[in-house]
Amino acid sequence: MNILDYMKDHFLFLDGGMGTLLQEAGLQPGELPERWNVSHPEEIIRIQKSYYDAGSNVVLSNTFGANGLKFDDEELEQLVTAAVKNAREAAARSTGTQEKFVALDIGPLGKLLKPYGDYEFEDAVAMYSKTVRYGVAAGVDLVFIETMNDSYDTKAALLAVKENTDLPVFVSNAYGSDGKLMTGASPAAMVAMLEGMHADAIGANCSLGPDQLIGVVEEYLEYASVPVLLKPNAGLPRAENGKTVYDVFPPEFAESVGKLLEKGVRIAGGCCGTTPDYIRAVVEKSKSITPVPVTEKNRSLVSSYTQVVEFGKSPILIGERINPTGKKRFQQALRENDIDYILGEALKQQDAGVQLLDVNVGLPEIDEPAFLLRAVKELQAVTDLPLQLDTTDPVAMEAGLRAYNGKAMVNSVNGKEEVMSEIFPLVAKYGGFVVALTLDEGGIPDTAEERVAIAEKIIRRAADYGIDKKDLIFDPLAMTISADTTAALATMQAVHSIRHDLKVNTSLGISNVSFGLPSRNIITSTFFALCLQDGLSAAIMNPYSQEMMNVYHAFRALHNMDENCMYYITYAQNLPAPAAAPAAGAASSAEASSPSESSGEGPSSELQKAIVRGLKEKTGTLTKAMLAEKKPLEIIQSEVIPALNIVGADFEKKKVYLPQLLMAAEAAKSAFEEVKVAMAASDDGNGGSSRCPFVIATVHGDIHDIGKNIVKLILENYGFAVSDLGKDVPEQTVVDEVIRLHAPIVGLSALMTTTVPAMEETIKLLREQAPWAKVCVGGAVLTQEYADAIGADKYCRDAMETVRYAEEIDEALKNS
Amino acid sequence: MEHVDRIIEAIRTKTRTIPQFFEYDDAPLNEMEWLRYACVPIRDQQVVKEDPKFTASMARALAFAREECNFRLGFLAAPISWGKDGFPILPFEQKSEKLKSNLEGCSAVVLFAATVGSGMDRMIRRFEKSDPQMGLLLQGLGAERVESLCDLFNAEVDAAAQSLGYMTRRRYSPGYGDLPIEVQKDFLPLLDAERRLGIILSDSYLMAPSKSVTAIIGIG
Repeated sequence: MNILDYMKDHFLFLDGGMGTLLQEAGLQPGELPERWNVSHPEEIIRIQKSYYDAGSNVVLSNTFGANGLKFDDEELEQLVTAAVKNAREAAARSTGTQEKFVALDIGPLGKLLKPYGDYEFEDAVAMYSKTVRYGVAAGVDLVFIETMNDSYDTKAALLAVKENTDLPVFVSNAYGSDGKLMTGASPAAMVAMLEGMHADAIGANCSLGPDQLIGVVEEYLEYASVPVLLKPNAGLPRAENGKTVYDVFPPEFAESVGKLLEKGVRIAGGCCGTTPDYIRAVVEKSKSITPVPVTEKNRSLVSSYTQVVEFGKSPILIGERINPTGKKRFQQALRENDIDYILGEALKQQDAGVQLLDVNVGLPEIDEPAFLLRAVKELQAVTDLPLQLDTTDPVAMEAGLRAYNGKAMVNSVNGKEEVMSEIFPLVAKYGGFVVALTLDEGGIPDTAEERVAIAEKIIRRAADYGIDKKDLIFDPLAMTISADTTAALATMQAVHSIRHDLKVNTSLGISNVSFGLPSRNIITSTFFALCLQDGLSAAIMNPYSQEMMNVYHAFRALHNMDENCMYYITYAQNLPAPAAAPAAGAASSAEASSPSESSGEGPSSELQKAIVRGLKEKTGTLTKAMLAEKKPLEIIQSEVIPALNIVGADFEKKKVYLPQLLMAAEAAKSAFEEVKVAMAASDDGNGGSSRCPFVIATVHGDIHDIGKNIVKLILENYGFAVSDLGKDVPEQTVVDEVIRLHAPIVGLSALMTTTVPAMEETIKLLREQAPWAKVCVGGAVLTQEYADAIGADKYCRDAMETVRYAEEIDEALKNS
Repeated sequence: MEHVDRIIEAIRTKTRTIPQFFEYDDAPLNEMEWLRYACVPIRDQQVVKEDPKFTASMARALAFAREECNFRLGFLAAPISWGKDGFPILPFEQKSEKLKSNLEGCSAVVLFAATVGSGMDRMIRRFEKSDPQMGLLLQGLGAERVESLCDLFNAEVDAAAQSLGYMTRRRYSPGYGDLPIEVQKDFLPLLDAERRLGIILSDSYLMAPSKSVTAIIGIG
């Protein structure tokens, strides 16, 4: 019988712990249990048979740690094949009369993926794929991914299964006592991602006893529309007379698990510390319990690697600012590969209160798949907001969806058959919450009825790909009323009937409605309010617009979505004072004076003072004003650099400290931003870099980059065109970049003694292939002696010393 | 059972114990250490704190830490025997002169791994690009948080040792002196640190979460 058919009407019982039983059978500490599949098959069969005898329907093959990192291909294939054979033999020998299945067990690789660790996502997929292929070839009934404590790693393993077999797959995660995965994911976030990728059953195992996992299990049951599984430990371990003992015994274990079966768990077993006695007790207990049917929960979810955002309740704001359309400064950032600018826009929108970020990096002259992939990776390293991938290029869409750590929003499909047949298969594979535009081969219909008809067609096509309507969100298209004054009415009617008749979520790009009219904000924000009243679930909007945010907060308060109006009150209290009363003098009294102002060579202008004091906003405003009179580069030369020199000199004299230096650098950066905007607008020049290229990297094997980032920031402030290669950078990558830019100077950083050899190797390669480049080095472990020993040109103690050295090189270049 | 009692029992077992795990609600804040880790030397801290913007940032960083830190720790106790070459025989292999002299006269060791979790790493990552000063304050605070956690546990080990009539030695970490960082590869699995604490070692022997500490405390 197929396991999925069996599960429809029955509880499914898993096995219990393996490790303790193997140790009792003689497995030595440090010995790899997977090798016992070949060296001690009878012991493995005996233990697994005892689980089938106790009533387990599913026994996991003894392959928890069987992966390509621990074994070479030949041994891996041998061990996995033997493990599956042993489990089959155990099933055959068992006297139990229940349905019996064998699962290929897959545990984590033990590598932390980038950006927090050093292992590539795609390498993890490849590594898991090997084990899956060997297990499937050996003939299992299902694959069981378990004890995963990171969502990205879980995705890699599930993808490996999906790409190598059509067998059922169960996915189980290990939660900490805070109810989250080690890297922060909530159960709801895991449900969103795993259901989106069509896992057949999901749940929790290991780490805690059944009672401590109640909260986690309840969250699964609330969100999951697939069967929920539970495989807890026998409580918590402790040492007693040199032996490991667990504090929950079979009767109480069965009692606790039984309660969760009553609540809706359909698949149960045990993990560390449990034995066949525990399984027997659970099976016995379950006889008096009727399985709770698995129902469709109809939750419309997107997720990041930590949290979910749910559609259909409170309206959702999607930030529209990561998009080059009509934004010269943004286009410039894309062309210059300036990812920091994009990250800055993301964090600013997060601060402004959006729940999701739209990401559009399409420009005709850039490689969109590569850039979207990079943007997704970099964005999910700095923000925990879910992303909406916005591209018309299916190749870029797949690259982004694949690398995304969670369940993304997909923008967009429409009623055109060609588009649906390209995008829906991607959503079926990677998961996603899909924006569907109500247009098709015939264009955008004028009436609401016709748009709703397209929506119905899209719902049917999505179902063909196994995508439920809960994972669709319709955009019935807002068109400007300046061309057709019935346009807004049609849109609002469509919103209303899609939400209330089809019972599907809706989203709009709000601002189109006012195109071509004066004072657009008035029309746009009112339209937003009306659409919300008609049931709009989400808006792609500009979160810097106060009118829009006013509508959002007021709507929530008026619709009983804001308990005690707390969010509204906080919002209102932080609104800027009315523009009529500029608080010119008020701010200055709060500004602490900086040590440099008493040093005799103090700042000579308001702008310089603002930079020295680290006043970011004020610096921006003053620069903007000054741009009316002075040339951009002149401002850099006569204002920004001198101000930085004052702070830099004070830093060197230890009159100011690193935190203050950083504040000044941030303030200077806002001056540079204004200058860049001005230069982008006039299509003039190189974005403000007035000095030579500088390549900077943290060396291979080292993932410490705070020092490197500080040096980069200060160098940029001094006008150097810094190319930051990041951390853990392979030796040849540094060399290639130096050659590409013909950079006269390279900065290498290392924090660990173990990575200094990588630094030495990088210098060696540079000497061979880019002999013109000077190399300066820094980082916690380095000293002058060390720097000399590995052949660096210069040891730089801190950021300012690096600037001074770079200036020296730059001057010498200019004079030669 | 209270922490100290569990440590006493582990030391008295006289064989290598399995790893056991403690959680703590909080650890006392040492502001001076925090700022020192954030690159503000002690003698200059007063001046920096006169800036209201700076103290506001400090308060914000502290609020994040309250939200994000999860104080967790795993430990085991093991008896020490001494090899013919005079080096202590520990549950992991090493030949460190400095550790040898640190453990002189000891009959047991406690090995532990402590972490405040990955939340701080997430916050640091979020701020180090958008607000480097906040990034630096969070870096320093994360370091202080995990050290403070180690101090809490160390005090419990001190109390346990004392009630058995022993003294403890200054805690010693892989990577100090001549104890190579590479021993982490053997050290962390002893404590089942990946599964139980979420501490994962990179190829260059760095721990993630970065705000994690491993150490050895000699008892004798």
